[in-house]
Amino acid sequence: MAVIADFALQGAQMLLVLLMAPLLTGFVRKVKARLLSRQGPPLLQPYRDLFKLMRKDVVLASNASWLFRIIPYLVFAATWVAASLIPTFRSGLLFSWTADLIAIIAVLGSARFFLALAGLDAGTSFGGIGSSREVMIASLAEPAMLMIVFAIALIAGSTQLSTMAAFMNSADVGLRVSLGLALIALIIVAVAENARIPVDNPATHLELTMVHEAMVLEYSGRHLALIELAASLKLLLYVSLIACLFAPWGISSPVIAPLPLLIGIAAYIGKLAVLGFLLAVFETSIAKMRVFRVPEFLGAALMLALLATLLRFVSGSF
Amino acid sequence: MISIALFGVLALVAIAPIAVATSASPNATGIVYGACLIVTLILFLIALEILFAHPAASTVVLPLGLPWLGAHFRIDPLAAFFLVVVNLGGAAASLFALGYGRHEDSPQRVLPFFPVYLATMNLVVLADDAFTFLVSWEFMSLSSWALVIAHHRVQENMRAGYVYLLMAGFGTLTLLLAFGLMAGGDGGYAFDAIRTSHLTIGTSALVLILVLIGAGSKAGLVPLHAWLPLAHPAAPSHVSALMSGVMTKVAVYGFIRIAFDLIGQPQWWWSLVVLAVGGVTAVMGVLYALMQRDLKRVLAYSTIENIGLIFASLGLALAFKAYGMNVAAALALTAALLHVFNHSLFKSLLFFGAGSVQSATGTRDMEQLGGLIHRMPQTAFVFLIGCTAISALPPLNGFVSEWLTFQAILLSPQLPSWGLKLMVPAVGALLALSAALAGACFVRAFGITFLGRPRSPEAEAAQETDTNSLAAMYALAGACLIAGILPGIFIDALAPVVQSLTDGRLPVQTGGQWLSIVPIAESRSSYNGLLVFAFMFITGMVTAFAIHRLASDKIRRGPAWGCGYPDASTLTQYSASSFAQPIRRVFGSVVFGARETGEMPKPGSIAPARLTVRLRDLIWDYAYAPIANAVGVIAERLNYLQFLTIRSYLSLVFGALVILLTVLATWP
Repeated sequence: MAVIADFALQGAQMLLVLLMAPLLTGFVRKVKARLLSRQGPPLLQPYRDLFKLMRKDVVLASNASWLFRIIPYLVFAATWVAASLIPTFRSGLLFSWTADLIAIIAVLGSARFFLALAGLDAGTSFGGIGSSREVMIASLAEPAMLMIVFAIALIAGSTQLSTMAAFMNSADVGLRVSLGLALIALIIVAVAENARIPVDNPATHLELTMVHEAMVLEYSGRHLALIELAASLKLLLYVSLIACLFAPWGISSPVIAPLPLLIGIAAYIGKLAVLGFLLAVFETSIAKMRVFRVPEFLGAALMLALLATLLRFVSGSF
Repeated sequence: MISIALFGVLALVAIAPIAVATSASPNATGIVYGACLIVTLILFLIALEILFAHPAASTVVLPLGLPWLGAHFRIDPLAAFFLVVVNLGGAAASLFALGYGRHEDSPQRVLPFFPVYLATMNLVVLADDAFTFLVSWEFMSLSSWALVIAHHRVQENMRAGYVYLLMAGFGTLTLLLAFGLMAGGDGGYAFDAIRTSHLTIGTSALVLILVLIGAGSKAGLVPLHAWLPLAHPAAPSHVSALMSGVMTKVAVYGFIRIAFDLIGQPQWWWSLVVLAVGGVTAVMGVLYALMQRDLKRVLAYSTIENIGLIFASLGLALAFKAYGMNVAAALALTAALLHVFNHSLFKSLLFFGAGSVQSATGTRDMEQLGGLIHRMPQTAFVFLIGCTAISALPPLNGFVSEWLTFQAILLSPQLPSWGLKLMVPAVGALLALSAALAGACFVRAFGITFLGRPRSPEAEAAQETDTNSLAAMYALAGACLIAGILPGIFIDALAPVVQSLTDGRLPVQTGGQWLSIVPIAESRSSYNGLLVFAFMFITGMVTAFAIHRLASDKIRRGPAWGCGYPDASTLTQYSASSFAQPIRRVFGSVVFGARETGEMPKPGSIAPARLTVRLRDLIWDYAYAPIANAVGVIAERLNYLQFLTIRSYLSLVFGALVILLTVLATWP
């Protein structure tokens, strides 16, 4: 019986992240529009876009290979699996030990690796410009992310997200310098990884200024729908990660009882709303930077995270 | 067991004269590589049997070599593990060469040396005294040198062979000095005698530095790597695979044998040196790799990166061992050895792929390739698996060893020394950076070579490679996948090796829940490659099925978006250099002293605009070039000694005699 409940909860987590992801994207768009005094698209618009795209024919570039056609499924699957492994409303899910935080980051790295390959497949300059810039951003964002993981893992004594969340929820945490540094670095990395302003602009359609959108320019129909859904899932993943590590309140412990679970889900949705709102405010209050300013921006994240890790090595009390 | 292994080595040596005798016949390739395949497979199975059944170390002394010493041979778990690596790589290379070797223009320059090369690598691992070790090591260098200059009419290859010969001689010299110091005045050159002798701290430190130089130059540690990217690509591709995938591992074996086994308890600061060199090597190697346009040279530089990662893990293991933290040392050493195994798999695979591309198109210049995924779909598929594995991406095997290294780093705050407390996080950051850059490097290597549109008529007309080559590549790709999703089996197989060197071991992995790997405790960290693979596979399949059934499965073809300028030239695609441009801009000005100069024609002129990029190899310019120049200047100055009269020569001889006798007389 307990096994069935465990499976059901793990399934619920998978469905929850999948269903919430477009909503979060729509919510951020709506808030951004309202901040710019526009009406903005309805909250459910991303779902409609996805359904519409799913039913349309795929137009493949004449040179596209078999790899180009399987990459959307691969990217979507990898991102969805990674997002399902982050504790959202309950920690210690059935398969939570499948991958620790380092492995989750690496699964996202796999998705990016293949997406960058897709950009090169059609043999156009736009795909190439997107891919080459994407890997440049990744080559700084990934080490920064790993150093963040190191800093937090050294405090929590684990890279297992459930254990980390439980530790951050306990009284042992306290205010620590290294945690503060890691949070700032994590926000910078999350902004860069999700191709948000100031690193990239998710709404732009001017080819030369975009990174992520240039890379997926040749995708259409159901392939594009999957790529967009994967992008939404990735945004949700990073928001959930920040929530799980730095605001772990309300995450239900590994017991099966209806009330804590409901509280957990409500708290999770609340956290998504708050963080999504903050993201929209941040994005509207800042201008996009030139692409070669991005390394400095990400280099700052890397240095902050390295500093956080070094502080942990130097003394246990930081 | 040991005698069977030695008979195997003898059989390999015996293939060489057969190769010479039959080299005129058209069947020579098949005979030689077929025989090599069978012998290496037998050796591989023997080594596997020893590793899994781990009987006690077996030794044999043959009356060869120095008369008062004899030739000692021994198989213990460490040797057995490296025999597995050597012979698995050897068998794969032989299988690949059954097909690839037919394209060889001058087989008589390759066939006799190939089995000897395999035999000497086995002998280095089997050797149990300094003399046998050094002789095998030197013959390993010489036979590989002969293979490097097999295509001797290419000017570049002769230069590569020259630099390789110099560096190999230098490396052997330092190893010779190291063994001399370890053997001491009594000349106990057998490894058993060395183990029981007690070295002073100063001597053992000197030995470690010498071994780091000697083995490190063979493995390709920065700044001793200069020969590697020249020599590895110059050889025929199956030999390149052996040099990069296997011989660098034999060098790692030499380092482990001496640093962990022969010189006894390490000092903590040794690990500082090894960690720093490893971290720098990892980042420099991959940055160099990103700047190359020759596909095989990209792979050679990426070998340097992986060697850096291995040495960084070995440095961690030394640090933990110095402080008696045996389980942590076992974790770091397991990470290093697993990466040795993994890298031998995917690097061989990638070199085979590069070789197939070269024989299909006649070039390894990425700027001339492109679109090969359409013409060589199977090669593209296995090459992609190799690229994914080497970029340390789950669920393949490169990630597992990288993950274990990071887990070992996370144990290091318990180290008491301040130097290490500052060094380890810095090295961790360097390794993380090199892992991310490796991803970029292999997106570039695969994307430019196999994707896009063909950049030359040769690439357009390429044909899929032959069955034997494909079989070798599929076997290695399968091994990469298995080692990635079932790493527990491999970690358990390494346990006796690690236990013999660190007195510690990791928990048994294969008994755990769903075969996930748990280095310390499940609440601390765990990873399950099998489930990650299964989840990704199932969700991907289900999604594809659902979308095709419920939504749409129609496909139309159309031209790619070209801003309204149709039929753009293939030159408008991103090239290998332009793909690397953002990274070159971020890292290049510091690391390579990169200069970009643009020349724009005057308005109205129809001359093309030019962008010139100059990269400098700072290590070559500041470390190697001054030495080469100094040697040249000294040689020039001493040249007049060649034209003296007989009287002057006699007085020189007399003077030398007097000086030597004086030294001897005044020696305390």
